[in-house]
Amino acid sequence: MTARRIGVYVCHCGGNISDYVDVDRVIDAVKGEEGVTVARTAMFTCSDATQQEIYDDIQSLGLDGLVVASCSPKLHTLTFRGVAKRAGLNPYRYTQVNVREQCSWAHTDDREGATEKAIRLVRAGIARTALLAPLDPTVVETVPKTLVIGAGIAGLRAAIGLADIGLSVVVVEREAELGGRVQAFGPMYPNDKEGSELIGQLVEQVRRRESIAVFTQAEVVKKAGSFGNYVVDIRTHSSSSMTMQLSVGSIIVATGFADYQPAEGEYGYGIDGVVTLPEYKAMLDAAKGPLVRDGRPVRDVAYVYCVGSRQGDQGPNQYCSRFCCSAAVHASLQLHEKDPAARQYHLYRDMRTYGKYELMYQESREQGSLYLKFPEGEPPAVAKGADGRLLVTVRDQLTGQKEVGIAVDLVVLVTGMVPRENRELVKALKLPIGRDGFFNEIHPKLRPVETVVDGVAICGACQAPKSSSESVMSALAAVTQSAAILRQGRAELDPQVATVDADLCTDCGDCYDVCPYDAIAPQEMAAGRKVAMINPATCKGCGGCAPLCPAGAIDLQGYTGAQVVAMIDGLAREVV
Amino acid sequence: MAVQLERRLPEAGRKPPRILVFSTNNISDPGIDLAGSAHMHYSPSVVTIALPCTSGISPDWIVRALQQGFDGVFIASDGEECAYLSDCAERSAKIFETAQARMQECSIAPARLRMAAICSVCAEPFTKYMREFRQVLEELGPIERE
Repeated sequence: MTARRIGVYVCHCGGNISDYVDVDRVIDAVKGEEGVTVARTAMFTCSDATQQEIYDDIQSLGLDGLVVASCSPKLHTLTFRGVAKRAGLNPYRYTQVNVREQCSWAHTDDREGATEKAIRLVRAGIARTALLAPLDPTVVETVPKTLVIGAGIAGLRAAIGLADIGLSVVVVEREAELGGRVQAFGPMYPNDKEGSELIGQLVEQVRRRESIAVFTQAEVVKKAGSFGNYVVDIRTHSSSSMTMQLSVGSIIVATGFADYQPAEGEYGYGIDGVVTLPEYKAMLDAAKGPLVRDGRPVRDVAYVYCVGSRQGDQGPNQYCSRFCCSAAVHASLQLHEKDPAARQYHLYRDMRTYGKYELMYQESREQGSLYLKFPEGEPPAVAKGADGRLLVTVRDQLTGQKEVGIAVDLVVLVTGMVPRENRELVKALKLPIGRDGFFNEIHPKLRPVETVVDGVAICGACQAPKSSSESVMSALAAVTQSAAILRQGRAELDPQVATVDADLCTDCGDCYDVCPYDAIAPQEMAAGRKVAMINPATCKGCGGCAPLCPAGAIDLQGYTGAQVVAMIDGLAREVV
Repeated sequence: MAVQLERRLPEAGRKPPRILVFSTNNISDPGIDLAGSAHMHYSPSVVTIALPCTSGISPDWIVRALQQGFDGVFIASDGEECAYLSDCAERSAKIFETAQARMQECSIAPARLRMAAICSVCAEPFTKYMREFRQVLEELGPIERE
């Protein structure tokens, strides 16, 4: 192997690094490392001037590797890949070394320790870079069409957004009607518009756009092809079952949620007069005046919060469903409006009427709703009373832990959202699912609607419990994400994927079932020999298959065994 | 064959134990970044290698690090937040067990390998884990090499 020509740039970050790390000493320590052609410091490596300096060095010194030691790779990896690419250096022969967030800032109390650590980190970066092979991203042409799965408030809004950006849209809805769950909602906060009215507006807008095609009573049953040009099979169930095939560039999943269904006996569920929140809301929406149930007036109502949510070790749902506190408080305001004399008791663990919903909570207290806080380990008990009414017993933490018995006509179990059963769709799209059963984004804050499946975005309550406005916000984020890719007409796939060394592969088959994205399959070689092959367009680059290969034939590009070992050795070596 | 595991009392004036952390690009590395951004201190003898996913860590790398001079290896795993693999936690547990078995074969105490889920805002837990691990490694003392 010919000697490498690596350029190393250590950043002062205007003092953010150099106040705590002796950057000159770092340069002195690494400039003699094997393969290093040039090593310099810079006040700001990300500045135009230093980018130009790096560019010039790459060209004039013929650099074939680049190491930038500055901030976290989350910030400027694309910046320096860009510099490399512009200067004619393969962008994947560059390593970003984090000497700010993970060095100078974490060790502001220890200049010597921070400097030694920076030397080790930069050495490791050099050692990795020396072994980096040039990689080329797979460029795919993208079809300017998006498939939206689910025509609830999120899916409909996404379809309109995509169409207005100039993309074709296909909406697939499992039910016969458009509008999902919001369609059935009564007056909604904050302007008391009925759900059906909101949905009606969206459906009308969808209808007016010729670039949106809608299929109801239809399901996605298969996805083939790869990012940019997915070929999906859609099966319709209307009058006769038929399957059609469509090419789409991207997919937005907006399949919504299911209601938590309490078990028989859970907080008295099953006793006459114990209802879930959706059942209660339907009663309220239908009532013209005070609530009447089976001919008897409903004057006293108890709400039990957190049913099916925040179950801790007791149940599968450990998350907070977010919307239910506000939804229950909103329902209690609705009841007050229909029957100002109704007495309402809210038995809660914590009230989470965040943001503007806090105003509703305040209003409900002002109207006379009573709030009693029960301890986590001691939930309220609901029993049939002697008089045919219901008796709710609760320990109130706000009044000296007193046990309080409340006789009521109706108990509302404030139930949360659970993931919808979508086994077929999950299988078809290879959607990643979190432990809570909802679909998983790449990062909840930084990449909140993208999934690891390129070109497949998620939005609305299929991702996590959300209010309708939060669902629409995420739908619009998914629109932007999808359109940003498709409008370019082409997309690049990260080439840092797993690869198989055909010489080492023994076709043992161990890896064929370990990839949930079906990226690994046997391939015939010459002389009837078979080896595992990895499809770079479907591999997500997690590397999960690599340690499972008994022959050590699988490596993840950018993180190969040799590269990681070189980094470990570089980090371990004593600083003299 | 009975495996003799090394154990030594902490020595005065010794350098702090060296810890290699394996983090993940999307989840735990941002958490470790956040510790630095908040200027939360931990020992500079802690260094991190970021990978896409915990399930991609080879047990060989862990043993290698311990043989090359690290006193402990900490896997800052995705836990249940992994965006790639729904069974990431199980896969990581297997890697952890395999690595510990190999460590024992090399007479390295299994306590020198630790794993905990670190989320993208887990700055405080990360520094706490580093403090606790440091204490454990100080009690174990340096790895004796044959």
